[in-house]
Amino acid sequence: MSDDRDLVVLGTGMHPWGKWGRNFVEYGLVAAREALADADVAWRDIEFVAGADTIRNGYPGFVSGSTFSQALGWTGAQISSSYAACASGAQALQSARAQLLAGFADVAMVIGADTTPKGFFAPVGGERKEDPDWQRFHLLGATNPSFFALNARRRIDVFGDTPEDFAMVKVKNSKAAVHNPYARFRKEFTLEDFASSPIVSDPLRLLDVCATSDGAAALIVCTPEYAKRKLGTLEGTVRIKAVANTTPTYPQVRLELPDIATDSRAVVAPPALGFKDSIAHNAYEQAGLGPDDISCAEVYDLSTALELDWYENLGLCAEGEGAKLVRDGVTALGGRVPVNASGGLSSFGEAIPAQAIAQVCELTRQLQGRCEGHQVEGASVGLAINQGLFGHGSCTILAT
Amino acid sequence: MDGWFTTEEPYTLIGARCSACGTYVFPPRSGACPNPGCDGTDLEPAELSRRGRIWSYTENHYAPPAPYVAADPFEPYALAAVELEAEGLVILGQVAKGVMAADLEIGMEVEVDLQVLFTDDDGVEKWVWTWAPAAPSGGAR
Ligand SMILES: [Zn+2]
Repeated sequence: MSDDRDLVVLGTGMHPWGKWGRNFVEYGLVAAREALADADVAWRDIEFVAGADTIRNGYPGFVSGSTFSQALGWTGAQISSSYAACASGAQALQSARAQLLAGFADVAMVIGADTTPKGFFAPVGGERKEDPDWQRFHLLGATNPSFFALNARRRIDVFGDTPEDFAMVKVKNSKAAVHNPYARFRKEFTLEDFASSPIVSDPLRLLDVCATSDGAAALIVCTPEYAKRKLGTLEGTVRIKAVANTTPTYPQVRLELPDIATDSRAVVAPPALGFKDSIAHNAYEQAGLGPDDISCAEVYDLSTALELDWYENLGLCAEGEGAKLVRDGVTALGGRVPVNASGGLSSFGEAIPAQAIAQVCELTRQLQGRCEGHQVEGASVGLAINQGLFGHGSCTILAT
Repeated sequence: MDGWFTTEEPYTLIGARCSACGTYVFPPRSGACPNPGCDGTDLEPAELSRRGRIWSYTENHYAPPAPYVAADPFEPYALAAVELEAEGLVILGQVAKGVMAADLEIGMEVEVDLQVLFTDDDGVEKWVWTWAPAAPSGGAR
C-alpha cells in the first residue's frame, strides 16, 4: 500500500436526510459548517471548493461550486462544479483530489446537497427526443425500478436467490440505521413487513427500492503536509487511498440505466471485467489493496438486490454467492465485512449529489470510531462504491 | 421514433450497422461507430433479427411519470430485455398488452410486434415496438 498520493480527510459534515422541500443551499450550509468545525478550519482558509451538482434546482444547482462559495461568502477561492449522476459527489472529490495532488491547493471543501420532488425520478421537463433518458420513459415506461427489477429477476432465475434474500438486505440496513442520526428512516423493518409492501416492479416491492430525499454532505480534504502542519502528526488520520471514476469498456453488455439497448458483442468480445467489476478493480489497483483488506463498505443499494450484486462486484464473494453473505450475517454489523453500516440508501433515500460524499463521511467516521450504535469495531479500511446513469462508476477507498 | 422499426409486416427493429467493422447499434445512430477500435463513420440502417430470447423481464405496477403517457385507469405492463443472437444486442421493450410477468421466463423466444403507445390530442395513434410471445416455428420470420 503506497502513500505517495494520499490525501487526509480533515473534517466531515452532514445535514440529516429527510423530505422538507426547502432550498438545497440551506442544507448544504449546515453540512459545510459542520465539516469546517470538525476540521477546525476557517472558511476563508479553504483554497478550492468542489461542488457536486443537482439538476433539479435550477441554475444554482448546475454551478454548485459557485453557489456554495457565494453562500458562505466569496473568498476568491478556486472552484469546480461536477455532474455525474449518482457519482457526482465522487467526481467532485476527484476534482479536489487532482488539485491537491497537483499542488495547486493544500486544503479543499467537497460539497453536495439536494432537494428532490416526490415519487419516481422523472427526467427533467420538456420534449427531448434525442435524450436517451427521455426516450426510455416516453417509449417504454422504463422507470429506474424497472432496471433494478431486471437485475433482481436475473438473480432469482440464474442464481436461485429468493425475494426473502432481498428483504434480508433491508432488514439488515434498517437495523443499523436506527442508531444513525443522519438517516431519514430509522425504523427497524422485519421480513413480515414485506408481505404487505406493494409490488413496484416485479419482483421488487416498495420496501426493496430506495426513496428520494433531501440531504447534504461535505468534506474538508487536505494534503498530508497541510495536515501535519495543523495536527503535528499524521498518526490516526483517515487517508484517501483511491478515488476511481470509471466508465464502461466497449462492448458494455449489461443493460444499464438509461439505455434502451446494450452494446453489440457481435464483432468485439466483451472485456474480461464487466463494468461494475471494473469500478472496484480500478480503486483496488490505485490503493494497492484487495477485497480481503476491506473492514467495511458503503455500497449503492438503490435496490436491495443491487446490494447483493455489489458484494460480487467488490470481490467479497464469487458471482452468484451474494445472497449467502447476507443470509450468514457476513455483511451485518458484527460480521466479517459489514456493508452499509450507515443504513445505506434504503435508510437514507437518495439525495443524488450528496450521496457519494455521505458515503465517505460515514466511512471516515467509522475509521475514527465515532459511529456509536452502528460502529464497525476495529475498522481500518473502508470502501465506498456507486454507479450513476450514463456510465458513471466511482469507488473511493479510505484507510487509517 | 421514425426509423427505429418497420411499419409494415413483418415488423422488425431497425438498428445501424458499421460498414467498416460490421458492429451493430440500437437505436440507430450516425456519425461515429461505437466500437473504439474502428474509425468508421458510415453507419447504415440495418433490419435486426425479428426473434430473440428473453434475458430478463419485469412488470410495473405504478404509472411512470411523464413523458410516459399512462392509460387512465393505469394498467400494469411487462417489460422484457431481449437478446438478439446474431446482432449480439439486448434490447428493452414493453411486452405485448395482456402478456404479463407470470407468462414469461428467461430464455423464452419472443418476436417483434407493434402496438399503440398512446393516442395524442389530435386523435393520432403513436406506435411503438413490443416483444410478443413468438408464433410456433414455421410462422413469420
Ligand atoms: Zn465500426
